[in-house]
Amino acid sequence: MQVYLDNNATTMVDPLVVEAMQPFFSELYGNPNSLHKFGTSAHPALSTAIDQIYTALNASDNDDIVFTSCATESNNWVLQSVFTDLIVNGDKNHIVTSEVEHPSVLSTCKFLEEQGVKVTYLPVNDQGIVEAHTVRSFITDKTALVSIMWASNETGMINPIKDIGEICKEKGVLFHSDAVQAVGKIPVDLQDVSVDFVSMSAHKFHGPKGVGALYIKDSKALTPLFHGGEHMGGRRSGTLNVPFIVGMGKAIELATSNIKETGGKIRAKRDRLEDAILELSDTFVVGDRQNRTPNTILISIKGVEGEGMLWDLNNGQIGASTGSACASEDLEANTVMLAIGADNELAHTGIRLSLSRFTTDAEVDYTISHFKGAVARLRAISSSFAIQKPTVGGEVKECELHHH
Amino acid sequence: MAKSDMLGESLWDAYSNKVTTLMNNPQHQGEIFEADAEERGNKLIVADFGAESCGDAVRLYWEINPKDDRIINSKFKSFGCGTAIASSDVMTELCIGKTVDEAVKITNIDVEMALRDDPETPAVPPQKMHCSVMAYDVIKKAAGLYKGVDAESFEEEIIVCECARVSLNTLREVIKLNDLTTIEQITDYTKAGGFCKSCIKPGGHEAREWYLVDILRDTRKEMDEEKMKAAADAGSTGDFASMTLVQQIKAVDAVIDESVRQFLVMDGGDMEVIDIKAGDENIDIYIRYLGACNGCASSSTGTLYAIESTLKEKLSKNIRVLPI
Repeated sequence: MQVYLDNNATTMVDPLVVEAMQPFFSELYGNPNSLHKFGTSAHPALSTAIDQIYTALNASDNDDIVFTSCATESNNWVLQSVFTDLIVNGDKNHIVTSEVEHPSVLSTCKFLEEQGVKVTYLPVNDQGIVEAHTVRSFITDKTALVSIMWASNETGMINPIKDIGEICKEKGVLFHSDAVQAVGKIPVDLQDVSVDFVSMSAHKFHGPKGVGALYIKDSKALTPLFHGGEHMGGRRSGTLNVPFIVGMGKAIELATSNIKETGGKIRAKRDRLEDAILELSDTFVVGDRQNRTPNTILISIKGVEGEGMLWDLNNGQIGASTGSACASEDLEANTVMLAIGADNELAHTGIRLSLSRFTTDAEVDYTISHFKGAVARLRAISSSFAIQKPTVGGEVKECELHHH
Repeated sequence: MAKSDMLGESLWDAYSNKVTTLMNNPQHQGEIFEADAEERGNKLIVADFGAESCGDAVRLYWEINPKDDRIINSKFKSFGCGTAIASSDVMTELCIGKTVDEAVKITNIDVEMALRDDPETPAVPPQKMHCSVMAYDVIKKAAGLYKGVDAESFEEEIIVCECARVSLNTLREVIKLNDLTTIEQITDYTKAGGFCKSCIKPGGHEAREWYLVDILRDTRKEMDEEKMKAAADAGSTGDFASMTLVQQIKAVDAVIDESVRQFLVMDGGDMEVIDIKAGDENIDIYIRYLGACNGCASSSTGTLYAIESTLKEKLSKNIRVLPI
């Protein structure tokens, strides 16, 4: 059996989505901007996709939802264009974000800092959550934008977006949320919350890679990131990626039409898996289940290094993820893991398991058994569980070797 | 960056088969207990290096025959990734049968070499080279415990890059000999800084005593001082071409003050040195005429010839004088 439990990284494209996309490669391939029938024949499907996405997010007809190539583009667009519009061509100079954002937000903020923008990186609490009152206390007269992710890719923890939205509205500050891990996993109602910009990506909810969107409340002005043929009402140039937009529409419909019921089923499997692996001694999971996306577990296993654990899971045909520094190119500890803290344990022992609606009970059973076996094997090798004490003088005080 | 960088390497695909095999099935993992070693009339040494909060930790066990200091058995326990476990396993293998004095000569390079499938292909990707360093550190620590000396006493020179085992002296020498100016060049010449990158500058994987950026800066400074000193010596012996720019300007001014200016001033003119540029063949001295000299017909013929030949005679035959 092989089990894919890395759905926060990417998901399998739903076969129904592939089917919906199929006609738009070699049959209905026209450019929707063309006047002829080849072009206009794609319009009904695009129109359906737009309806599907507005419905899924309960967006108002006055709002814009612009298709992009990915959420990285959407995030870059908001940050770089708010910089252009309100900082370069305005009197603001400050952006508020959090320490646990995705690299597409953090790296863009670092880039803007080099251009002279002041950026505040808010800390998270021990649940990995950005607290609304923290956001309030850091907004100043010079703040152009608050950018806080809807839910965390690493922990699945859901931020108080409604409260933060109210604070931003009250203070007259633009609010952006990277909702990549929220859309399709938990209900996102854009008329219930006050968010000016929302980024999302199709491949996180069983759509294809290479297509995302940016929601813009009330069709607010935002300088385009791409200049060119004035597609999508001039907001984002580039020939419309017809099959992928159609796929994204179908995928978001499938992911949200029964979201409470589907989410409940995923949650039940997730909870069963979580309960079972928490039976192991010296383990902990980050964050309260009630306030977490229903598919995510970030677990720390004492004495078992993350990359080693991933290796053993991989040998058992299970795909998971780790924030361990050892598994990264530069050996640097994952900043999100460090921000959540817990004595750096997570930075070395954190394993993330993320389920999907395609995860089966049999897969959960298989994972429980294999997971426990891997922990048993690695703990048997681990110095953390050795019995014979070191020779006097041979002990190590706490880590004084590394920076992280 | 090039085509091969467009799709990043898969970390695990870069591990040798030996690393994979030993990670899946380490041969010397386990413990040796003090009571058992004593019963056999041997001494047990147990040394820790690293800690779980560091991300990697290893515990090394040596059962030593006190009569000949020979390590008759060795085991390890490790908190770490696959390469850390495989490195520890090979390290214990290399220790068994050696005397403590022999074992302490095992370096991380030996451990990594022993993990290779073929001698030419590295056993692990560059950033994982660091895992084998811990094997070396824990051996030194165990030997220190057995002999009752400090682990550092086994180190004969200051090692700046542990992954590639490059010493401070080697680095200084290579920078000077090859006139290196960048960290990339240092890595190309010595491999230092090419693996875990901790030794390049503060803030990397682990804190270091010495950093390549500081060594490069200090060595370059030393080289500049040496060059300056050589130039100063050249100045006193009169080798114009080897002088620094400031020395050259001073020397030219001195010659002009002594042998040229008085004649120009007599005619109501003067001149100043604007710049000196050393080319492959010539040293060009740019001057500007002042007062009556400015526009005087002779300033581009006779006077110019006189200035140039004086400077040529006194300073260097390669001098050209160019009025602007």
